[in-house]
Amino acid sequence: MEFLSGHYAYWFIFALMIVGLYGMLFKQNMVKKTIGLSIFQASVVLFFVSIASKWNATVPVKSDQFPVENVANYLNPLPHTLMLTAIVVGVATLGVAFTLLITIYNRFGTLDEQEVIEKVQ
Amino acid sequence: MIETHLPVAIVFTYLLFAVIGTAVSFRNKDWAQPLAVLGAGVATLFSIIAFISFLNEGEIVRYWFGNWQPPVGIEFVYDGLSGFISLVINFVAFIVLWHSGANAKAEFKSKRHVYYSVAMLLMLGFNGMVMTGDLFNLYVFLEISSLASYALIAIGNKNAPFAAFRYLIIGTVGGTLYLLGVGFLYTITGTLNMIDMEAMLPMLMDNNVAIAALVLILGGIGVKAALFPLHGWLPDAYTNASSTSSALIAPIGTKVAAYVLFRVVLYVYGADTFESMIPIDYIIGLLASVGIIYGSVMAIGQKELKKMLAYSSVSQIGYIIMGLSLMNPFGFAGALLHVLNHAFMKACLFLVSGNLRLKLGHTRVFDFDSSVAKKQPWTMFGFTVAAISMVGLPPLAGFFSKWYLAIGTVQNSNWLFLAVILVSSLLNAVYFFRILEKVYTNKDNPADLDLDAVEQDEVGFNGKAPVMILAIGLLVIGLTNAAIVGFLFNIFPG
Repeated sequence: MEFLSGHYAYWFIFALMIVGLYGMLFKQNMVKKTIGLSIFQASVVLFFVSIASKWNATVPVKSDQFPVENVANYLNPLPHTLMLTAIVVGVATLGVAFTLLITIYNRFGTLDEQEVIEKVQ
Repeated sequence: MIETHLPVAIVFTYLLFAVIGTAVSFRNKDWAQPLAVLGAGVATLFSIIAFISFLNEGEIVRYWFGNWQPPVGIEFVYDGLSGFISLVINFVAFIVLWHSGANAKAEFKSKRHVYYSVAMLLMLGFNGMVMTGDLFNLYVFLEISSLASYALIAIGNKNAPFAAFRYLIIGTVGGTLYLLGVGFLYTITGTLNMIDMEAMLPMLMDNNVAIAALVLILGGIGVKAALFPLHGWLPDAYTNASSTSSALIAPIGTKVAAYVLFRVVLYVYGADTFESMIPIDYIIGLLASVGIIYGSVMAIGQKELKKMLAYSSVSQIGYIIMGLSLMNPFGFAGALLHVLNHAFMKACLFLVSGNLRLKLGHTRVFDFDSSVAKKQPWTMFGFTVAAISMVGLPPLAGFFSKWYLAIGTVQNSNWLFLAVILVSSLLNAVYFFRILEKVYTNKDNPADLDLDAVEQDEVGFNGKAPVMILAIGLLVIGLTNAAIVGFLFNIFPG
């Protein structure tokens, strides 16, 4: 129980990651694979956001209520900013993925992976 | 003064030429290729100048963006390793883009200017990965180069988009695992700067998080490097992509990923840290050896030249990773020399396959006969040199990297890896000499072939010259290997 308690966020992220991997591995429809990929990326984004979370602290904007000397008053903003970049990367990847899917659908007339593999060979 | 700006100048040259190329080629598509060649040429020139000044002064150049001091700011680090790799990839890209004109015209027709813009972005990503001194920055450049390579692979034959999609799925999982590993490292060290992390990690090596992070990074980058058993995307992607895309991605892409493994394992973690924990180095060495044998055996079974070369890439990347896993100076020097050799050999072989597709119209291995050598003597000469170098006959370059790797295995008393190197050279000989026999002896000629009637039908100067430069380059590397290896011994960390 000690293993679980206090780490609920990490267990949730872990579960989300497994959902994403399941989608990529076992779904035959390639759009569903792409959705699984997106869930997988989102889980890592959530991981970064959760490592920066802190109780009784606020956003890193200087104010008189929270003296700067006490760093415990402020969140670490770096993981959040990193994740802005990672989200942009994820969006770009999804864009390329859907472009490829449109081309595949135009050429093969299906988005089912097994059917495309049969048509390729 | 100028030297301090060179690391960033190399990367931004490609960005500049990607933009200029796109803008100019809207008016005239024939300018796209010269501009791309010029971009790669300028970047190569910058790499040469930076490398010479590094050799003369031996100073590591650290470029701080916006003059923010690390670990707060992002920096580019030009040291021996990144300088060496950047020189190799920029030169090979220059040669491949120089060669690409005729193939691009035949395969992409009116859309060829798009290819050159994306190729510039690909090289921007690769050079950024090599130069950066920041682990998250590396992830961003990794994704830039990956997105560009998905696009380049997708513009091939009918099946190429499907191969590119499968690569996209597994490649993005790899990139995301790398990001997760970086997140783990950030939680225990609080920094993303490589040099800063290098100083902190030895104290944290009994922490399981550091080991989990290493495994995640190895797994993630292993996908990009096509380390066995994560190589599944590679053969289909290289085979279905157009000749010039695979000639650009095959020699460079997996090498840059291997560079990241070198950087993380030997520099950020350090060779000493591997003595006290579970033998991760031995495990990746074993995977690499299985990959070497598997790639060679699969290459023997292929009927299509490009697919054979793709499987041979899986095998050759195994040598590089095996050299890394040995963790001694000989393994290190052998592996990096093999990065150089393999970039030349694979570029040469893929350019040959491009030339053959242009004039012969196909690259089916079993349909070759001695008319090929008569039609395209220059191209087949390049193929012969590269093939002999792949097998590893002195004085060509391929022999020496295998020689140093073999010395490295002997130093570690690792007889299994030594046996793998020797056996796989034999297997390489099987699949390359098979083609040489078909092309240079009259044994397999069809009965109705009249050799005297075959006229020479070679590609133009821009198709011949790059192949010749790479072939002669292999001989030059072989003859000057002592100097190169001496330099590599000097930059071995620790």
